[in-house]
Amino acid sequence: MTMLPEPSAIKLGLVIDLDICVGCQACVVNCKEWNTAGYGAPLADEDAYGAAPTGAWLNRVHAYEVSEGAGEAQISRTVHFPKSCLHCEEAPCVTVCPTGASFKRAEDGIVLVNEDWCIGCGLCAWSCPYGARELDPAEGVMKKCTLCVDRIYNDNLPEEDRQPACVRTCPTNARHFGDLGDPNSEVSLMVAARGGVDLMPEQDTRPVNKYLPPRPRRAADEAPMSLVAMAEAETPKGFWKWVDTALERMG
Amino acid sequence: MRPAWSIIFFTTMSGLGLGLAGWIVIGLLPLMTQQAVIGVGVVTLALIGAGLISSTFHLGHPERAWRALSQWRSSWLSREGVLAVIVMAGLAGWFAAGYSGTAVPIWANLLLLVLIYLTVYATSMIYASLKTVARWYHPLTPICYLMFAAAGGLLVTLAMLALLGLPITAALAQAGIVLMLSAWGVKFAWWRLAGMAKHAGSVESATGLGHLGTVRPLMPPHTEENYLQHEMGFVVARKHADKLRIFAIALGGVLPIIVLFVAPASAAALGFAVLSHVAGMFVERWLFFAEAKHVVTLYYEGAA
Repeated sequence: MTMLPEPSAIKLGLVIDLDICVGCQACVVNCKEWNTAGYGAPLADEDAYGAAPTGAWLNRVHAYEVSEGAGEAQISRTVHFPKSCLHCEEAPCVTVCPTGASFKRAEDGIVLVNEDWCIGCGLCAWSCPYGARELDPAEGVMKKCTLCVDRIYNDNLPEEDRQPACVRTCPTNARHFGDLGDPNSEVSLMVAARGGVDLMPEQDTRPVNKYLPPRPRRAADEAPMSLVAMAEAETPKGFWKWVDTALERMG
Repeated sequence: MRPAWSIIFFTTMSGLGLGLAGWIVIGLLPLMTQQAVIGVGVVTLALIGAGLISSTFHLGHPERAWRALSQWRSSWLSREGVLAVIVMAGLAGWFAAGYSGTAVPIWANLLLLVLIYLTVYATSMIYASLKTVARWYHPLTPICYLMFAAAGGLLVTLAMLALLGLPITAALAQAGIVLMLSAWGVKFAWWRLAGMAKHAGSVESATGLGHLGTVRPLMPPHTEENYLQHEMGFVVARKHADKLRIFAIALGGVLPIIVLFVAPASAAALGFAVLSHVAGMFVERWLFFAEAKHVVTLYYEGAA
């Protein structure tokens, strides 16, 4: 049924830290790798080494330039911006679906597509303001982020792997997974502390996923951090302590 | 938005067929003989049916199209499908009654009329309910669809009257002119009002980075055009929009009106007017899609 369920107490989602993301695309690659063999049909990857490759991706990383001031005084920074399904509470992609293939889970709020029912009309992709859905060019069904529903509840995986592939693989720890319905969860505390935001709030979709904006820039007249002082302040431990003492003895 | 031919054909042809059916069930086209009932019945149901069938051509899985009848509680696309099936069945019954000479009660005619226009309304709401496409998300969008169904349907009705050798009163021809003028008047207002509609959002709200400064897209997430850009970022010939609007108005409105003025009794002239109107409507529908910009283009172009 494509009526939206009553809001669930558990709201699983992602928190993406734009201060940390370096745009390495590892989450994009691991997402495709896991999801091409996991839930539903494989993700198309046609003519991959040819002149015009096509395919479906559930997660894509944009990059934006954010500028303040003008002319000589203009300062700009690059913000890498991963974007996937935000598992909205008022998901328009669910209610427009004519077949019931697009649905939001009552138990944890994950938005999924039942690929055996999907007719590939594309209306859900039209209704999504975020471009989170792509019609698979080979399978003719709608593909979207499943929040790795086949990982997060998978008892066959070691516990540390029971999180979405993009989160597990992120080398900079810019992606976090958790229950945003619980105000005391790690992700909720992070959102509260850093002023996490909704994308396109004017679309009234109430996304579950939140984005942590980049931290404020240091003022121009502020002295740079001294890396030397920071390093010296620390007393060596473990191996380096041994090296330190060994060298001292030699001296 | 990418104008898919199957969808353009679907909305134009079913709109015309439903408009025609609306005038038939209120008795504007008296069907005296069994041949007339069969001929008009086949044309009406073929127009509506061909449009519906063509709408399945753009599906990834047309064989599952029947599933689209299930979610009428929330989806306008599903409602459109359900209503169209009910209307087709109702019309088949109506023509069967006409063939056998059974009188159809007034309430049944009125019910059919309401269902017919509800179907057109549902078609329009598939687009008008999408908040992501600013120029579709406008109260005038359904009015355009309803008016064109009524005006186009009346034009076909007049052509059929002439074809069956029945008299066309001056009042009827004038009504055709007035309806056609009003339909294009509403469309003109839509171009002015809905056509200028802008999304409330910006690339700043789309990225949540507005408090840090002005935002512009620096690098796309991929080297090739993706599904989203192909489907929602359609730009070809948007630059020719003004010329195409003139074509749409000339073929879809001006020529039929001239025919209704000059030769309201000639079957050949009215047939030509119908063809011209359909051609104009194809252009109008093509523009409806091609000119519409989806809010997701904010992420790709920084503007929508």
